[in-house]
Formats: sequence, C-alpha cells, structure tokens
Amino acid sequence: MSQVVTESKTEGLVGNMPEAAKPKSYWSLVWRRLKRNKGAIIGAAILLFFIIASVGAPILSPYPMEEMKMENRFIAPSADHWLGTDEFGRDILSRMMYGGRVSLMMGLVAVSIAGIVGVFLGVISGYYRKLDIYIMQCMDILLAFPSLLLAIAIIAVLGVGLTNAMIAVAISVIPSYVRVVRGTVLSLREKEYIEAVKALGVSDFKIILKHILPNVLSPVIVLSTLQFGTSILAAASLSFLGLGAQPPAPEWGAMAYVGKSFLLNAWWMSLFPGLAIMLVVLGFNMLGDGLRDALDPRLK
Amino acid sequence: MKNALLEVADLKTYFPVKGGLLKNTKEYLKAVDGISFTLEEGDTLGLVGESGCGKSTTGRSILRLIEPTEGSVKYRGAEVTSMGKKELRKLRKEMQIVFQDPYASLNPRKQVGSIIEEALSTHGIGRDSNERKGMVLDLLEKVGLNATAYERYPHEFSGGQRQRIGIARAIAVNPSLIIADEPVSALDVSIQAQILNLFQDLQDSMGLTYIFIAHDLSVVKHISDKIGVMYLGRMVELASKDDLFARPSHPYTQALMSAVPVPDPTIKKERIILTGDVPNPSNPPTGCTFHPRCRSCMEICAEIAPKPVEISPGHVVSCHLYDPEYNCAT
Repeated sequence: MSQVVTESKTEGLVGNMPEAAKPKSYWSLVWRRLKRNKGAIIGAAILLFFIIASVGAPILSPYPMEEMKMENRFIAPSADHWLGTDEFGRDILSRMMYGGRVSLMMGLVAVSIAGIVGVFLGVISGYYRKLDIYIMQCMDILLAFPSLLLAIAIIAVLGVGLTNAMIAVAISVIPSYVRVVRGTVLSLREKEYIEAVKALGVSDFKIILKHILPNVLSPVIVLSTLQFGTSILAAASLSFLGLGAQPPAPEWGAMAYVGKSFLLNAWWMSLFPGLAIMLVVLGFNMLGDGLRDALDPRLK
Repeated sequence: MKNALLEVADLKTYFPVKGGLLKNTKEYLKAVDGISFTLEEGDTLGLVGESGCGKSTTGRSILRLIEPTEGSVKYRGAEVTSMGKKELRKLRKEMQIVFQDPYASLNPRKQVGSIIEEALSTHGIGRDSNERKGMVLDLLEKVGLNATAYERYPHEFSGGQRQRIGIARAIAVNPSLIIADEPVSALDVSIQAQILNLFQDLQDSMGLTYIFIAHDLSVVKHISDKIGVMYLGRMVELASKDDLFARPSHPYTQALMSAVPVPDPTIKKERIILTGDVPNPSNPPTGCTFHPRCRSCMEICAEIAPKPVEISPGHVVSCHLYDPEYNCAT
C-alpha cells in the first residue's frame, strides 16, 4: 500500500508543477483571446469613437444643436460644416453627435429590459420543465411575427414616442434571449456537475444562482452585443417610420427620414445619419463575433 | 453479522416513453425492474453489466437523483423513497456519489477549493470560511493532491486528479455510503489502479460502504465483497465475490466471465460469445429477458420470468435452470 501512496503523491506533484504560472481566471483568458482578434478590436474602436462623440457632444460639437440660421440652409459638407446643414440651417454633425446619445440609449435600454426579462424567463423555462411549454409557446407566438412588424403593432397599442419605441423593441427582442438561455440551461442541467451539486443537497435557488447563471453569462453577453446593433437599427427604423423619436429630436433614424424629402438637392442630410447607423451596427456585430470566439474556447 | 446499512427491495424505475399523435404515454422504458439487495455496513457491492442495463439508474434511484417508480430503499431502517425535502437534505450528508466522467462532474468555472467547500457550507460544516478552508486542504491531502490545488481550476488537472477532486467532494460531508458510478472507466489503466487503491484506503480509514458500479469484472473483483450482475434492469445473479468467481451460475454471468482476459497465453479457455444485441428495454423479450441470447434456453424461458433462487447461502440466481420447479436436471 505504501508504494501506491508514493505513486499518488508523485502524480499530485507532477500535476502541480507549473508553480510560477498563477492560476488564470476565466475572464483574463477571455480578455487575452479577445485582444488577439482583429475584427473585435476594430469593432470596439468604432463603438468607442461613437460613444465618445455622443457622450462628449456638449463639449465636442462645433455648433449648438438647436441653432437655426436661415442663411445657412442646405450647405453641402464644407470646412465650416463638415457634414453640411439641414433645411433649417442646423449643423448635421452637431445634431448627429446628440442623436447618437438617443440611439445608443435606446439600444442600451432595449437590450437591458430584454436581457433581464429574457434571462429570467429562459432560466425558469429551462430549469422547471413543467412551465417550459407555456413560456415557450408564448415566445413562439412572438417569434412568429417579423420583429419590426411586432414593434409597430406594440407601438400601435402603446402610442407613438421614444419610450414606447424602446419598450416595443425590447419586447420584440425578448424571445431570442429566452431561446438562447433556455437552450443553455437545458444542456447545463443534464451536466454531471449540476447532478453532483444536487446530490450534495444544494437548493434549486442556489444551483441556479451559483452554477447555472454564471454559465449562462457568456452566451448572453454575445447575444447582447449582437442585439444592441439590431435594437439600434430597429429603433432607427421606427423613428424613420415616424413611430419613435419625433422631430425636432435629433435621432439618426428621424434625421434620415427628414432628409428623405430633400434627397435630390441635399443628399448629405440622409446619408450621414444612415452611415452612422450602419457603422454602429457593424461595430457591434464585429465585437459580438469576436466575443463569441473569445468566450467559446472550443472554436479556438 | 454486521448491520444492514442499505436495504433495497423490488426497486423499479420506469421512464415514460411518449409517442403517437397526441404525445400520450404509450409505454414505459423499464430501466430498473425489480432490484433487491441488502448491503452491510463497511461492505462493497459491485454492480456489473453491459451499458444500458440500468446500473447507473439503480445508483441514482437509490439517491433519488432520479425518482424511483416503485419499491423501497431503506437506509438504516428509514424509508428513503417517501422522504420529504428536509429529510432528503439530511440524507444527502449520508449518501454521496462519485461520477463516471471526471471532466463533466466538476464545474469548469469554479476553483477546486470552492467546489469542495460547497459541500461543507451546504450542510453547515465548519464555523467559518477559514475553518472550512483548513478542512478542504485536509481533504485534498487525504485524496493525494497538493494544497496548491485549492485555487486552481478543474481544467488544470488530469483525469485521475479530477477524479480525486470528485472523491474529495464526496467524502467532504463524511458520508457512510458512497455510490461510485463507474469512477474508473474513463481513466487509463495505470491511473485506475491508483484510484481503486484510494477508494480502498478511504474505506479502511473512514469505514465507508460502497456501491461500486462498473462494467469491468476485474475492477469489480478487486474491490467488491459482493457482486450483483445486472441484465436489462434486472439482477440476474447476486453472490459474494468468491462464490461468483468460483461458481458463476447464470448463463449471462458465465458469458461475462469468459470474456475476462487471462494474462497467460498457455491457458486455453472457452469463450462464450453472445449473439445479438441487448434488446430494447422499452420492449423487452417475454419471460426471461435473456432468453433470446441464452445458450441454455428452454421452452419455459420464453414464457415465464424466472424467480430468484438461492442456490447456496447468499448466492441468488434468477434462472429456470436452477429452479427445481421447471428443471428436473438439477
């Protein structure tokens, strides 16, 4: 027996050899992988640019947002007005910087609402299988509608406006969260380590809180990044249709909508807000793709 | 005579199989179909059988990780199957499980220390986290791991080491019974021996009782006092280790025995090769479930399921060959 003991001790020692390498936490590994992904860094840089421009709008914007000068109407992009002016002589760049605040805020609020509600419903649906069918059938009904159409229908009920647009976008995004979270929970609850914790007598609540939720986190982060872009696009679409932010509020979608009437003689009015939407959505998608690769070591 | 720690009587676990247009329950998959045995304190019962024969389901049903359909499980005289949530939580301290796959049984996001500590804190063992940390370090040493394992993550360990962590978690609450669900079948042979020895050392030092599930007869022979051979959810033969290896009686056991390799090329032995596959447990053969593959099959086997017959003290076989009512030859 003594021989066996020595053997096992050796195994223990050999396995713990790399003494110098400190145990790496999960998130520091993720950060390292993310840094190596060029697409994710470009995406993050684009987003950072827009965030700084929007947050710093009061300091950075070259003109006051509301300043109207009739003599400056429809100026093409020039040294004075980099992105031109609109039909009231307002500086487009300044308005876009303020508009970014609205767009980003809409994305943030919609994703937060959808994320919290979606994770809650998804965990319940995946863990307590008896409720599963009811929750999932509601979600399937929501999923059956194209999301923009669903958002329009919700606004038709709630009324036009920025807050209602956020709620409408959030509701249309919830089902995708529920699906992703439920699927993850379904595969997690069959894992042996969850069974092991159950065998230890840990309560359901603690199992969900300490073992399920941390493992659900990474798919939710990835989904949130991607949904951020989708939400901003949906919110801008609603504003473009006149259902979200109302003029004169400087929202990108609304600005593109106003510019549509002057498209032939002032193309810059619609083009630049549209480009901003496109770049932000692209940035979120690139970052989201990178995050997915970084959070899922199997793809490495 | 030692005290009976665990008495299992006619344990059945059926899984409903849904089918048809309306998704109504059409039939049941009889994963465990009437298992009975008694396990004395400090003993080891080995459960062997092909994959899919219900060994693991038996283990999980005893722990109520899967709810058994019928039958009784008595732990120190207390009925387990009817326990409420509170009693069950207390029971969890007494019965633990070690899993087959050491790669799946440890949460990859948690440090080894907190994986083991969770067992302690759940049952309120140890006054504060400092005391618990000391206990975890003791446990790590007990299973032959270095103290530096405490703040490492499971992926930093080999299969054998992970299994040691799983064992440390199981013994943390100081249980009396450990159900080991194929704990060595995912490990390579040299590590298998180490883990088996660890199991035996712990049994000696902590007075543990094991139900040791395996599909490898030589592993079970090494560690068990009693061996139960399972086939399609039923126990076809139950005997002490020496009895079973000296006198394998059920045709299925004989076939299993003949498959164990003997490390001596000069010994020629007859290899009984079973034909066909394990039948579908949701639609098992009539009578004796083994009869389509049995080389001693009689007419009666296809009609009536054999009753357990005690052919010598403590040696129980479920086969018509040994039932004087049907077979005059014996």
